[in-house]
Amino acid sequence: MPNFFTDNADLQFQFDNMDLQEIITLIEDNFSETDVYNYAPADCDDAMDNYRKVLEIAGDIAGNFIALRAAEVDEKGSTFADGKVRYAQGISEALDRLEKAELLGLTLPRKYGGLNFPTTIYTMAIEIISRADASLMNIFGLQDIGETILKYGTDEQRDEFLPKLASGHHTGAMALTEPDAGSDLQAVKLQAYQDDDGNWFLHGVKRFITNGNGDILLVLARSEAGTKDGRGLSMFVCYAGDRLRIRRIENKLGIHGSPTCELHFDNVPAQLVGKRKFGLIKYVMDLMNGARMGVSAQAQGISQAAYEEALKYARAREQFGQPIADIPVVTNMLINMRVMLESNRSLLYATARWVDLRDKLEESIKRLKERKQPFAEEVTRLKEATRIAALLTPMTKYTLTEAANKITYDALQIHGGTGYMKEFNIERHVRDARITNIYEGTSQLQIVAAIGGVINDILKDSFEKKETQNYKGILQKLAGHLAEIREIFLECRKYVTDKNDQYFQDVAARELVEMYSFLFVGYLLLDEAQVNNRKAFIANRYIVNALAHTRKNAESIRNEQYADLLHAGEILI
Amino acid sequence: MVKQVPDTANISGQVMKADGTVNRAKLPAIFNPEDKVALELALQVKDRFGGKVTVITMGPPKATDILRECLYMGADEAALISDRKFAGADTLATSFVLSEAIKKIGKFDLIFSGRQAIDGDTAQVGPQTAEKLQVAQVTYAEEIVSAKGDKITIRRKVDEGYEILEATLPVLITVIKEAGEPRPFKAKRVMAYKNARSLLELEKMADSNSLLSVDRLKEDYLSKALFISTYTLDELNIDPGRCGLAGSPTKVHKVASVKLGGGEHESIEPTKDGLRSLIGKLAADHIFG
Repeated sequence: MPNFFTDNADLQFQFDNMDLQEIITLIEDNFSETDVYNYAPADCDDAMDNYRKVLEIAGDIAGNFIALRAAEVDEKGSTFADGKVRYAQGISEALDRLEKAELLGLTLPRKYGGLNFPTTIYTMAIEIISRADASLMNIFGLQDIGETILKYGTDEQRDEFLPKLASGHHTGAMALTEPDAGSDLQAVKLQAYQDDDGNWFLHGVKRFITNGNGDILLVLARSEAGTKDGRGLSMFVCYAGDRLRIRRIENKLGIHGSPTCELHFDNVPAQLVGKRKFGLIKYVMDLMNGARMGVSAQAQGISQAAYEEALKYARAREQFGQPIADIPVVTNMLINMRVMLESNRSLLYATARWVDLRDKLEESIKRLKERKQPFAEEVTRLKEATRIAALLTPMTKYTLTEAANKITYDALQIHGGTGYMKEFNIERHVRDARITNIYEGTSQLQIVAAIGGVINDILKDSFEKKETQNYKGILQKLAGHLAEIREIFLECRKYVTDKNDQYFQDVAARELVEMYSFLFVGYLLLDEAQVNNRKAFIANRYIVNALAHTRKNAESIRNEQYADLLHAGEILI
Repeated sequence: MVKQVPDTANISGQVMKADGTVNRAKLPAIFNPEDKVALELALQVKDRFGGKVTVITMGPPKATDILRECLYMGADEAALISDRKFAGADTLATSFVLSEAIKKIGKFDLIFSGRQAIDGDTAQVGPQTAEKLQVAQVTYAEEIVSAKGDKITIRRKVDEGYEILEATLPVLITVIKEAGEPRPFKAKRVMAYKNARSLLELEKMADSNSLLSVDRLKEDYLSKALFISTYTLDELNIDPGRCGLAGSPTKVHKVASVKLGGGEHESIEPTKDGLRSLIGKLAADHIFG
């Protein structure tokens, strides 16, 4: 009877040690709903207790229901016939169970049927579900759609769509990508036009749409005829129906339980969401940032599952008269995996808290304005949270999804030839992990999104403050390493900015972003090691490795490793 | 009717004491699996035909745990039947107390219980309760086929298949585990009822804090709809001689601690001759054949 929340000691550690007080106070609007809903919390402790109990339900369903069906879901996959998509049986059953458990509207407000939970808790739920079946996350994790309507829709749209999404009766889809508009969404062509009465219609093709068979779709479309860039795009919401045809579903490497659809919009009636022309520049960026957190948590769940398979196998498998887990090179691989897993989890939930804080401050300021109350303090805090969340979100997605590939790769390696066989779960995890660093923005694009904040050294104050802090025992030495990493980083940053060459900066960006993530995560781990002795092992390996990696990255930059890019034409024959 | 039972499916080394009795402290208490399925079936009947689901359990104050779980799944009300004088009951005394509690609670159309509990495995409490209430009983139910007016059609499992019966309400139904998968806890109900308490739990709270009084607590919990009704011997106003150990003709004669262990063994070659000799021996020992 494994419960994927309670059996995960590190997730428990994160849950027990995180301070959500500020976020809870904001999200509960000073507990104004306590007497309105019998399931609304009375105070912060009560809220935390609610979160724990609800994550226990998610952990139970994940461990005892979803995980048991994952292999078959992967084998059978979604099917497509007569224009209709059918989920794998295990996916339908899991969605039914999650709906009955009321877990499909975690973050939506209570008045629409949701639980009004913070994004941080939702992110934990995504990790838990993904550990059981990564492909189910692609449907479970679409709860962001409701949030977009909540944030930018009209009252009528909220009343119309949110209860349907929160109850789980309707699933959603985000229809953004087109055959010629993937990473570059400015190229979206799908046409949005109005009839004489002002009603909107959508016409065109969308491709690679996760859960495109969903009932409610958010669609990015060109509302301004004749425009060519992102400023001509608006966001729409529409229902599935006869005029929205599914042409085919993709045959993919992994996440087989999640149907990926090609959609043909044949003059589908739709409603405009938010302001015209803000579709890409505001709403999609928002939606995308939410999705990036979701995919990071998905990657974390897959990593957890793969690590467990590897550890279990390495302890059971005997070669040369001993379990292979005791062979130093294998032990070392396992420790590397474990350190990545835990350090990534620290990063994930630290980021989730900044994202939460930003979103909840925005809502709070909106309320304060309506009530004509002062909000200057909140605005200052919001500015900080916005900058930090904008840096940490792509940094997290880059780090966690690349790590998921590395962890699943090593987990399969530990299985040896056995791992290459379909009978074992590990090859599924490898295939499922492979998409995480591609969709919702490739790793390369995450670097582009993060480099601005890194070049501007936006965490400067926080790092400088940390440098003056005293840590106990060995941790002080590690703090010294972090100070050295920071010195090297500042030197490299200067080298890159002095050069004032965009071409060079674009490729050196990865090295700089990595160094910056080492600093951020390194200090998180030091703080954790202050309260938990075991965590000193994690901090130690992470930071020692980070220092080595930083020196390597610095050499790449200073030795002009990338000078040969100018000769690409000659090299690439 | 539900029961909290020791988790006999997950037994660790320290569960048996040296004298062969059960060390309850080492055995986690769980919701008897078939009772949970019975609740699922009751809730399905409510979903399909309407009505109200009240859950009762007889047990120590700790049994309130499973009553809360019933509320999490969707039960409308729950009641704890608990008294020191109910302890040590066999099936006769148990069914007597349960039937009296049911009479006290009021009118009913259907009573659901699991076929049997995983601790005693008697499968007697359901049928005995039906007898005492003088209502029809359908045991080994696996599906509620339909219900209309005062008739209900039930599919029940029999040895080589199933049979479909029609019964006139009120009926007591015992349910087998194949009848359904219990629904998960509902998030909102967990948050709403996690603080629901039975009278005995409130008494304990009051005992540990001199500033609290049971009456005040009860009032407070009632006002928040978090009070789990509790029936004691006095409230049921029944003959103590028919309850608990006093009312139980079944007495434990002797408890033996049986140690299972292998004795002699013999190796058999994986050849035709080897297998033939094995089959011969098994047949000779009447293990099969």
